[in-house]
Amino acid sequence: MTTKTPAQQPTSLLPLPATAARTGVLAGAALALAGTFLAWTWTEEFPGNLTVTGYPGGLQVLTLVGATLTALFTLSGMGIRGLTWLTPAGKSSPVLLTALGVLGTTLYAIAAISVQLGGIINLEPGAWVSGVGALIAVIAALGLPHDLPAEEDTTGAWARFKHALKAPPAPRAKELPNWAEILIITAAFGIGLYVFAYGIDAYSELFVGFLITVALVAPAVFRAGLIARLNRLTAKHRTITLTAALIAAACFPFTQTDESYALIGANILIFATVALGLNVVVGLAGLLDLGYVAFLGVGAYTAALVSGSPQSTFGVQFPFWAAVLVGAAASLIFGVLIGAPTLRLRGDYLAIVTLGFGEIFRITMNNLNGSAGPDITNGSQGIPNIPDLELFGFNFGMPHEIAGFTLGRSGNYYLLMLLFTAVVVMVFRRSGESRIGRAWVAVREDETAATAMGINGFRVKLIAFALGATLAGFAGTVQAHVSYSITPEQYLFANTVPPNSAFLLAAVILGGMGTISGPLIGAALLYLIPAKLQFLEDFQLLLFGLALILLMRFRPEGLVANKRAQLEFHETGQLDVPDQRLPDDAVGTAKAGA
Amino acid sequence: MTTMTTTTNTTVLEAKDVTMRFGGLTAVRSVGLTVNSGEIVGLIGPNGAGKTTFFNCLTGLYVPTEGTVAYKGTVLPPKPHLVTSAGIARTFQNIRLFANMTVLENVLVGRHTRTKEGLWSALLRGPGFKKAEAASHERAMELLEFIGLAHKADHLARNLPYGEQRKLEIARALASEPGLLLLDEPTAGMNPQETRATEELVFAIRDQGIAVLVIEHDMRFIFNLCDRVAVLVQGEKLVEGTSDVVQADERVVAAYLGTPFEGAPGDEEVAEVEAAEAAQETPSAKAAPSTDTRTEDDQ
Repeated sequence: MTTKTPAQQPTSLLPLPATAARTGVLAGAALALAGTFLAWTWTEEFPGNLTVTGYPGGLQVLTLVGATLTALFTLSGMGIRGLTWLTPAGKSSPVLLTALGVLGTTLYAIAAISVQLGGIINLEPGAWVSGVGALIAVIAALGLPHDLPAEEDTTGAWARFKHALKAPPAPRAKELPNWAEILIITAAFGIGLYVFAYGIDAYSELFVGFLITVALVAPAVFRAGLIARLNRLTAKHRTITLTAALIAAACFPFTQTDESYALIGANILIFATVALGLNVVVGLAGLLDLGYVAFLGVGAYTAALVSGSPQSTFGVQFPFWAAVLVGAAASLIFGVLIGAPTLRLRGDYLAIVTLGFGEIFRITMNNLNGSAGPDITNGSQGIPNIPDLELFGFNFGMPHEIAGFTLGRSGNYYLLMLLFTAVVVMVFRRSGESRIGRAWVAVREDETAATAMGINGFRVKLIAFALGATLAGFAGTVQAHVSYSITPEQYLFANTVPPNSAFLLAAVILGGMGTISGPLIGAALLYLIPAKLQFLEDFQLLLFGLALILLMRFRPEGLVANKRAQLEFHETGQLDVPDQRLPDDAVGTAKAGA
Repeated sequence: MTTMTTTTNTTVLEAKDVTMRFGGLTAVRSVGLTVNSGEIVGLIGPNGAGKTTFFNCLTGLYVPTEGTVAYKGTVLPPKPHLVTSAGIARTFQNIRLFANMTVLENVLVGRHTRTKEGLWSALLRGPGFKKAEAASHERAMELLEFIGLAHKADHLARNLPYGEQRKLEIARALASEPGLLLLDEPTAGMNPQETRATEELVFAIRDQGIAVLVIEHDMRFIFNLCDRVAVLVQGEKLVEGTSDVVQADERVVAAYLGTPFEGAPGDEEVAEVEAAEAAQETPSAKAAPSTDTRTEDDQ
């Protein structure tokens, strides 16, 4: 280490020796950590009970976790044996980011307590201890040497700060035995499930803190190179990864005691599944569909009409499998009907037509009420009292005891929906990696060249559009049962509650077009954020819009960049160069520095 | 090229009286052209002569106002994907690769017409699907091997250098197993070495039994390469014949350089102009047709 530091040009924002900076970060993190064991406020009126000494709760836990991670990243950067695996890529930028996360969370907690209880007077010393500790950690972290050597254009405080957050790519990891790699994947999904469940269970105050922590810790983990390492493992063991993800997701309802949280989970799954269906249309084939929620509506209405609801004008009860097939088929037919005339056009025309179709669907459902048109859908009252499903004697409306855990109604539907999600994931993956999937991407990239390569552009676009519609209708059949009743107003273009067409598109673009995990993560975030921030009332959509603008400004490829977008970063594709070149470079730079 | 395979002189492409009008403008006026198997035919002409428009008519990107295009005796419908599946593949003047796909994927897309696996087989992934995918991959890698890009199969097409992008476009076209390959300015923007390599590549393609029709401005390239050259001027075919015939034709020279005008400049003026040019010292690398007469040893 010592021979390297002079060569690396230890540029840092604050002129501190590296050792002093590291010690400072450790001391600050320790102080912040200690503070979480003290009381932060005197009354239990602030949610989460921050009054107990010796037992951190609520927002204190976030500070605790953040401070621990800061300390671990710092120790790893110091080359402590047994911890170096934590930071294969960046050593300093993860520390700075986690320290900022701790500071952000702690300051937010202090502000929230002061505002909610009416004054700084309500704070106990513990909050100040943690706050000061976090501040020290951040200041000391600013003195850490940057991970990348200085560039010429990094003048000015902001540019230098941004430079401090950059990290080199992770070198290739040592080969581990297979079982260890699988264990790591399993552990990663376990952590993922825990973090996700924590976010769902969080009350509004805690959720904001959770968002601040995640927003800064996630990039820290990324800079540290852990995500890249995990990606390599998941790419190697794809089937195991998918299975692990499925199992982790299936475990979710068993971790929930509260029925309403399981319902959030089920709704997120519906939203995410539809978003993944839209990803076929938008992400793979590049067709902008602004009325996609209508296909969900077609599936849901079809399932509701044949569900045996007393308010259904058909009064028939199909078995569930038949209802699913009918619902998906109805969506397919509508997809072809809308697609066939419009997909011959290029670009924006399709967006306008689909936008129109979305509205036409909703208004038609409103008008088929017996007075404006034939009585089919009960107009604006929709179809209520959709009975719960019963499959193989398993009633989805009743709580069930499974392995000592009670699974409520929402938990049952969550598991059913998970099955549907898995099917859609499989359809997406298999169709994407095939002749037809390549044709979709080719048409998206350059339609003229694609047709000159023998691709019938209209045909493959119609297949994508119809497949997307079918998948939405497929998910809609479950949605009808989960939400008890179906009304036209559930299928708007834009609304504060997902799923709606605008949010679906946002989930795909935010999450990462053309990927599987992108829309799933995007949908989870887009569902949770409005649901948890209802106290913001009128400002909710404003803040939401701001968040979208910021994300698109700083990460236009979405949260999860797809394989092709990732390849772009390896400009000339020298994927394996870091392995071979690193020793030479290190020697070279050491010489230059000596 | 001694290994000529043109024993059977079958007609691969036969364009008859192709006319293309855009409103009042006639871009191509009743042009006829035939390409026989094993032949390399060149299409030259000044800028705006209608060469690319004629190409677009051949490949179905434009529907010709009049005239027909036949491939091996059957008249082609004016739909690009049907033309390609019939057996005519093309490259573009301004490179049109699928920039965000990998090199291998680009070639695999070219295999589209020669494979049949639809959505269902992709979803069900039966043994037939796996076999077809494996075969496609193998064929695509062979083609990349052929043009010398196999080591870059996993790179994004957009990250390739210009010359390799041109090569990849040819590989992508070859993936559709064409009987006729249309190349639209394959050496535009290349240096002499790359042009030479492209020449070799085109000969190698011809040796595989694929007829080639090539548009090019580089006359040295054209006259080295082509068995026959057609000259298009202002939408009309001026001459067609071997390199010698075309090069000797005054009208071709006139089309490129213009006719000497009645009151030709006096000797003093010529000397003046030459002096000015010499002073500027601009090494004009334009290959005028007249400089290429020494390439006769090719025949």
